[in-house]
Amino acid sequence: MTALRPTDEAGVLAAVADAVATGTSLEILGAGSKRGLGRPVAAGRTLDLTGLSGVTFYEPEELVIAVRPGTPLAEVGHLLASRGQALAFEPPDLGPLYGAPADVGTIGGMIAANLSGPRRIKAGAARDHMLGIRAVSGRGEIFKSGGRVVKNVTGYDMSKGLTGSFGTLAVFTELTLKVLPAPQTATTLMWTGLADDAAVAVLSRALGSPADVSGAAHLPASVAADFGFSGPATLLRLEGIAPSVADRAARLAALLADAGPAEAMGGEPGLDLWRAIRDVAPFAATPGTVVWKISVAPTAGPKVVARLPAALPSTAGSRHFYDWGGGLVWLALDPTSADDAGAAAIRAAIAAEGGGHATLVRAPAELRARIPVFEPQPGPLAALTARLRAQFDPLGILNPGRMVAKD
Amino acid sequence: MIPRFFRGGKNCRQIVANSKVDETGRRTRGRKSHVRAQDAGAGSADHARRASIAAALRRILPGEGVLDGDIALRPYESDGLTAYRQPPLLVVLPETTAEVAAILKYCHGEGIKVVPRGAGTSLSGGALPLADGVLMSMMKFNRILDVDFPNRCAVVQPGVTNLGITRAVEHAGFYYAPDPSSQIACSIGGNVAENSGGVHCLKYGLTTNNVLGLEMVLMTGEVIRLGGRHLDAEGYDLLGLVVGSEGLLGVVTEVTVRLLRSPETARALLVGFASSEEAGQTVADVVAAGIIPGGMEMMDRPAIAAAEDFVHVGYPRDAEALLIVELDGPPVEVDHLIGEVEAIALRNGATSLKISGSDAERMAFWAGRKAAFPAVGRISPDYYCMDGTIPRKALPQVLAGMRELSVKYGLSCANVFHAGDGNLHPLILYDANKPGELQAAEDFGSDILRLCVKVGGVLTGEHGVGVEKRDLMHEMFDDVDLAHQMRVKCAFDDGHLLNPGKVFPQLRRCAELGRMHIHRGNLPFPELPRF
Ligand SMILES: Cc1cc2nc3c(=O)[nH]c(=O)nc-3n(C[C@H](O)[C@H](O)[C@H](O)COP(=O)(O)OP(=O)(O)OC[C@H]3O[C@@H](n4cnc5c(N)ncnc54)[C@H](O)[C@@H]3O)c2cc1C
Repeated sequence: MTALRPTDEAGVLAAVADAVATGTSLEILGAGSKRGLGRPVAAGRTLDLTGLSGVTFYEPEELVIAVRPGTPLAEVGHLLASRGQALAFEPPDLGPLYGAPADVGTIGGMIAANLSGPRRIKAGAARDHMLGIRAVSGRGEIFKSGGRVVKNVTGYDMSKGLTGSFGTLAVFTELTLKVLPAPQTATTLMWTGLADDAAVAVLSRALGSPADVSGAAHLPASVAADFGFSGPATLLRLEGIAPSVADRAARLAALLADAGPAEAMGGEPGLDLWRAIRDVAPFAATPGTVVWKISVAPTAGPKVVARLPAALPSTAGSRHFYDWGGGLVWLALDPTSADDAGAAAIRAAIAAEGGGHATLVRAPAELRARIPVFEPQPGPLAALTARLRAQFDPLGILNPGRMVAKD
Repeated sequence: MIPRFFRGGKNCRQIVANSKVDETGRRTRGRKSHVRAQDAGAGSADHARRASIAAALRRILPGEGVLDGDIALRPYESDGLTAYRQPPLLVVLPETTAEVAAILKYCHGEGIKVVPRGAGTSLSGGALPLADGVLMSMMKFNRILDVDFPNRCAVVQPGVTNLGITRAVEHAGFYYAPDPSSQIACSIGGNVAENSGGVHCLKYGLTTNNVLGLEMVLMTGEVIRLGGRHLDAEGYDLLGLVVGSEGLLGVVTEVTVRLLRSPETARALLVGFASSEEAGQTVADVVAAGIIPGGMEMMDRPAIAAAEDFVHVGYPRDAEALLIVELDGPPVEVDHLIGEVEAIALRNGATSLKISGSDAERMAFWAGRKAAFPAVGRISPDYYCMDGTIPRKALPQVLAGMRELSVKYGLSCANVFHAGDGNLHPLILYDANKPGELQAAEDFGSDILRLCVKVGGVLTGEHGVGVEKRDLMHEMFDDVDLAHQMRVKCAFDDGHLLNPGKVFPQLRRCAELGRMHIHRGNLPFPELPRF
């Protein structure tokens, strides 16, 4: 397969325009660390964007950074950290989940997948931090949208529309993002021994309190064991200036005293723990399992999980844990537990508990080709999605099949 | 109805906006022609057409749901951009999603244009009717459907007012964060369409960051749901495209919003400076210190004077620039940060500084800022509110540019400014009864927006493009950029029937936009480098 590796926007345009003219499809890649996320793409050529690397501008006092899509996320993180800032949505590094080394993923790939970490509940998702883009659409044309200021309603918000589109509408050539001051300190409070539903109730109370929680996760016993905890661990993270964090931690522990005594964790152990949750590290260690990412209303998380044993032929060897206050369920299943990797049972459970979606985040290519990786949409919505795709990529040359079959 | 003080101008001119797409696809504009709306094209054929459409719509909406008398239509002839007026063909007031769907399906079949309307407070003419279009008022959708505290969200109908949401949840210590100054009147459906902001955006985001889900009806009558009580989209982020789409993509019939816990305390500083540079530097230093205040507002001398004359809360009249900085959160944090901001302000040469000691005092600090529009309305027969955003560092340059423009056009201008996020609201003072002044005000405003774009900013921060700024879109976007935006519209409404004539300077047919220009051997880069 021909691999194209342009080093500037004109090169990307040339690559896409040629693909249009010759009717050749393109697989769009950053570092390829998340190639396993989405349906397998069968394309005539690969378009590798790692040659478009580097920061276009960074103005810390304006809280804005513009980068080329192939820039490693880790490099952006280090630059921001040097000025006490960060991408507030806490982008995960999912590379290791797919067997890639840590810290190789690019910012373009992360935005194309709209990935956000534990702080998403407080700070919003990747899409909430997108201010502007430059891109080449599947029509072989360069266009821009948005700007470099936070408050902007001039025209449609295509920076959001393209975030999470997995390279099926356009190829990013520049991304402008909002940055924020990094939290100065963090403390994690931990309760042990709670069952899933009781734990999520605790998380909900904390999130509805004035404690300004920035991470709310629950690790059932089998996952907690990976971290050396002796039983289920319910975790709440508080961030900010030191006096505020200390004050909120004390009051939150008092508010939730009926759930038992809280243990406080600060410093490196706390950072490592949230990084592991962010990167789904427990399941990176079990490469043989299939991994689902389930997004539901926070209180529905444990209820969806509770429906599965009865709905699946087997749940032997399955593990799960919760982030986002219970609304994000990471589920690892043995691939033999159902011949559709559990898709039908999981999606039925979600529908029965008020709706949401399930993404088959990691599975062998054969399964990802056979089972809808992304939540199937009802007729009119699926048709609208297809129309939008056709507007931006009429010939279907960009990452064909990555999100839905036959597109 | 909109309270009287929300209206920008006391005088206005009649316009024709019949939005016929002519041969070249350009919408004909009657603005410059000064033709009175009623005189234009109100022939008997049109009356007959109106009667037959009204009859058809009454079969869908029995009772009082269809208005077609001239007097009944009059309250709908303009929104908050009162310089533009146009009575609609007729008004419909549906109450259910099924009714909205049936009306849109009928109009789609008949090729009739539809303009959605919430409370009519848009400052960009987003809800300006079309002479040949149906105006769909969503204000009967006024119920709060569910409040879900454990999941921190509320499901509401689009006609519920912004403040109505907070009122429904504040007993439990929650609120809905975006707080446009029009919040007692504007609807959440209008907020969704305009992606409205408020003074707390820097810390808590705009509407788009606080909406979790929508139900909406496409122009075809199809009903779709985007998002819900969960986070993130299962496919394309259509929610992100729809919020801020100015009523061009669909009619919103239900909104799920994120609720936040109300801050335990809030305290504010009121700081005067001898120059806008010093005030601007204070803002930059606060952000550089890692502090994101709940609100950070600036006013210039004319705005300070107008506000103080109106509300008498002790604003420093001698100051060139006034900053209101509000910190919110737990008391320990707020007290700590107040001290830091105070030190920064003093370091930058603050000439006066007050810190609120009570909630009443904090509200008094805000009173002048919140009443800035009506305060300016008292000192001038008319005013015109602009809404550009700039990189904060460009503030001195933009203020200097505005002073020059003020001289050039012979009109004064007062400035209120969401300093934290760079969103400017220059208020241009004019008198529409003086020949040429409305035109001068509009030209002045356009020049200000051009200046905003020139320094790296944008045409509109929160009020929307509407009819007001659509002809300036080329200042920011080239034809290819705009064509890509219009293709989003084509995916949702390929007949351009929903709110046409807004946002885009030129209506281009979707078939034309869809055409691919593939020229083999005539590529921009014929020799594809094999990298
Ligand atoms: C005094 C004053 C102060 C203001 N302050 C602010 C401010 O601080 N921040 C700010 O952002 N704005 C402000 N605004 C502007 C205005 O209030 C907002 O744009 C508001 O969101 C408009 O809401 P509305 O219900 O009045 O909508 P309308 O004016 O009725 O309509 C606005 C747009 O929304 C569309 N629309 C309305 N309802 C629906 C629906 N259900 N489905 C689809 N489309 C719909 C209309 O077609 C139109 O394009 C202010 C206005 C005034 C008059």
